[in-house]
Amino acid sequence: MRKYLGLGVSLFASVALVAACGSGSGSSDTEPTAETQETTGGGAEGAELVVWSDAERAEAIENAAAQFEEDTGATVTVVQKNFEDLRADFLAQVPTGEGPDLTVGAHDWLGEFVESGVVNTVDLGDRAGDFEQVTLDAFTYDGQLYALPYAQEAVALIQNTELVGEEAPGTWDEMIAMAEDAGFEDRPFILYTNGAEGDQYTSYAFQTSFGAPIFEQAEDGSYTTEVGLGGDGGQAYAQWLYDNGSAGTGIFTDTIDYDIGNELFSTGESPFIVQGPWVIPTYTDAGIDVAVNPIPSAGSETAAPFVGVQGFYLSAQSANALLANEFLTNYMASDEAQQALYDADPRIPALTTVAESVADDPVMAGFLSSAQNGVPMPNIPEMGAVWDFWNPVQIALINGEDPETIWPEMVSSIESAIAE
Amino acid sequence: MSASRQGKSAADDAVSPGQPKAPGTTGSPRTPGSPGVSRTPGASGSPQESHARSWSGPGWGFLAKLLIMMVVNAIGVMAILSAYNAGSWVVLAVLVVLLLAADIIYFARRALPLKYLYPGLVFLAVFQMFTLVYTGYVAFTNYGTGHLGSMEQAVDAALIQAEQRVEDSPSYPLAVVRDGNDLGFAINDEGVVRIGTTEDPLEAVGGAVVDDSGTPVEVPDWEVVPRTDLFTDAALQERVVELRVPVSEAAEDGSIRTREGSTGSIYSSSLEWDPASTTLTDTETGTVYSPDDRGNFVSGDGERLAAGWYVPVGFDNFVRAFTDTAYAGPLLQVTVWTFAFGALTVLTSFGLGLLFAMIYNDPRVRGQKVLRTIMILPYAFPAFMSALLWRGMLNSEFGVINEWFFFGSGIDWLGDPWLAKFVILWVNLWLSYPYWFLVSTGALQGLPSDVSEAARIDGAGRWRQFRSITLPLLMISTAPLAIASFAFNFNNFTIIFMLTGGGPAFPGASVPLGSTDILISAIYQISGVSGGRADYGLASALSIIVFIVIGIISALAFRQTRKLEEI
Repeated sequence: MRKYLGLGVSLFASVALVAACGSGSGSSDTEPTAETQETTGGGAEGAELVVWSDAERAEAIENAAAQFEEDTGATVTVVQKNFEDLRADFLAQVPTGEGPDLTVGAHDWLGEFVESGVVNTVDLGDRAGDFEQVTLDAFTYDGQLYALPYAQEAVALIQNTELVGEEAPGTWDEMIAMAEDAGFEDRPFILYTNGAEGDQYTSYAFQTSFGAPIFEQAEDGSYTTEVGLGGDGGQAYAQWLYDNGSAGTGIFTDTIDYDIGNELFSTGESPFIVQGPWVIPTYTDAGIDVAVNPIPSAGSETAAPFVGVQGFYLSAQSANALLANEFLTNYMASDEAQQALYDADPRIPALTTVAESVADDPVMAGFLSSAQNGVPMPNIPEMGAVWDFWNPVQIALINGEDPETIWPEMVSSIESAIAE
Repeated sequence: MSASRQGKSAADDAVSPGQPKAPGTTGSPRTPGSPGVSRTPGASGSPQESHARSWSGPGWGFLAKLLIMMVVNAIGVMAILSAYNAGSWVVLAVLVVLLLAADIIYFARRALPLKYLYPGLVFLAVFQMFTLVYTGYVAFTNYGTGHLGSMEQAVDAALIQAEQRVEDSPSYPLAVVRDGNDLGFAINDEGVVRIGTTEDPLEAVGGAVVDDSGTPVEVPDWEVVPRTDLFTDAALQERVVELRVPVSEAAEDGSIRTREGSTGSIYSSSLEWDPASTTLTDTETGTVYSPDDRGNFVSGDGERLAAGWYVPVGFDNFVRAFTDTAYAGPLLQVTVWTFAFGALTVLTSFGLGLLFAMIYNDPRVRGQKVLRTIMILPYAFPAFMSALLWRGMLNSEFGVINEWFFFGSGIDWLGDPWLAKFVILWVNLWLSYPYWFLVSTGALQGLPSDVSEAARIDGAGRWRQFRSITLPLLMISTAPLAIASFAFNFNNFTIIFMLTGGGPAFPGASVPLGSTDILISAIYQISGVSGGRADYGLASALSIIVFIVIGIISALAFRQTRKLEEI
């Protein structure tokens, strides 16, 4: 008998507990709406924008959001994540409705985002004309703009002025000659290869100087899925890697990872390196005076590095699309916000006026002029299939494998991976 | 005669004097001399009634149980209600079953063992079974890049992507206007205020007031919605985002939409959604895109819209893992290496650990404690840090290994397929032999000295002693650990990822795998989490295969070890 009593008591108690909780949450749901209806112009109290960002930019976003919060009364919550996690998390969580309203991201994620249907289009309105064209192109897919760009970056040639002066070499051969004159026959140039894994991102400018883009570009600048690596230019680039690898001059090795490369340059072991703006503090802290210039051409065409663009994506499932657009186009696109983002994380701003103002700094000016030679990294989803074949082949060529066989093999692997 | 049984009790006797080994055994018929060696039936004594079920006396135990169960029930009912609100029926069903089971188990008199097992079973169900079942589910879908959401979301995305701003459309200052439940836009078209709704195209109205920026602030017959209201009211915001006001009666002129509630421009969409036939129609070309069984909208001539949704695909992923020519070859190589890596790692590290244990266990060795502490050092270091350090040391040009031990020759440790495999085994040996050293030291000290003494008297040599007595006795306690270690290394992602990243890549292969990839790192590559195109379906199918393989190996191996005990 007593067990039934126990059951009854516990059931009763639980119902009472639930009722208490239920009424509590219920009242908290209804009260604010009642309040806001009474107060006129009380603002978007309770409305909340969730923005995902990495640690570097979180503070700048919060600063830019302060004015927005004051004007609209909404709260902007910045959730910090590792930059590398943003893409996968955004892809995984937006479809479940758990994702943020906005996220910081790189432009080459766009193709995958569009294919997965997780991003909304953005209309910058009259502000569009104030942005550097390459940054808008980078976030344009199929004629539509999908994010607010805020920064662009590209690798450039960094040289140790103490060893080779400030003058920029015009071609690859000129650069090698300059280095050899300065007494660096063994290591005239540091090619960063990410250790034995390969890194074609950094050496892409040399490839384009042979006239071999990874994908052909259409008239309007957008990328097609036609692989451009297979022609004579691609073969010439492969041959050039081979000629400067272990089987040739030995300038290129598969042993330089990020830290070793920076260490060699910082200790004056080599006068030239190709790297991005993010390493400059490492070199200046080590007491090196650097000059930054566009990348010299190894082939016959202009060396065009990849331009990476950073921006803010709007979730396709955001319940606050109106508010999020207001935040993007009227607050984050302002000069002050772009300046704040630059101060938090120095990359070339996407707004032309802000970019020009930071280009007073000769180092920034160098990176800017390198970026102006550049092409946006392809944002089509097919690019994801390229790296895994492209990088290992760089290493194989440096290690002396025959360019006549492995380069065409790679091209056909990429083509079949894309066709899948 | 069972040597092991005898040996164990002898060992126990050797350590037992003076040590309180059986606390709380009062009332049990066990003798203090042989605790825990063998539990013979009937030795457990008469069971005492649990406190929580003692009906006699004040019943505090029962009250405590009642209180705890009240809390459990309250939490359970709350979770059930929120599952109901969220509409997740599977979760709801599981919660109901779990809660009912809890009440029955703890209030019924019969289910005594279940009372202790139940909390563990719940955790197992929630944390293990759920992931397992979910992985299983994903393995039968095409979940991955381009197939991440529902069909509804794919339609949303297609409509978003198809709606373009009409070229040269200016941005009009705009206000959202309301008349009862009707919503409309009032725009300022170069001084003329026009108002329209979804049904009625834009039409000029007189008597409207605009502010300095040109935004209409007052229009006759309509209430201008303050912008702050737009941002506060989520439902209103949604309606405004979805509101399209046609510019004119002609559909091809496009319609006004606003993105942030203060400016509007003309947009036109090239796709139209028909919920009745679940098709998307291109309004310009008339092409009809209908859903196919792979989760895509496809037109008659095979053209596909970008966004898809995930659908069940049956055994496709499993079949693909074995038959797809791109995957089958590399995956076979990866599988063979995975087994070799797991087995060799256990064999080498066990061997080395045991060797050192025997050396340091010899009473003639001085400073045993210090030496043992030093031996444990690699074990105490985080494995991924060690792997990274080794990666640096093995760098063919700048690494200390080549510099110190190979006279600066450029041996490409990480770039050659065979050397890279060797290096992985070597570093893993360095990382894991201390574990086996510890285990073997413990096991060796537990071995009976009288058996080996007897063997010595019988004239057995050192090798014979080791092979016929020490090793078999040792295997009883260490074989299960060896199996666990094999299973662990079978999935030892850290060392592969940190040391070689799976490289060097298979030359000319059409999948991004390398010669030191083991199954788990291959799965990571294929899942696309690291970048590139994700295929969670295939990755889940592979992890299920790995799970089954490990399960079979463990079952077989434990069977073998049971035989070991019956020497």
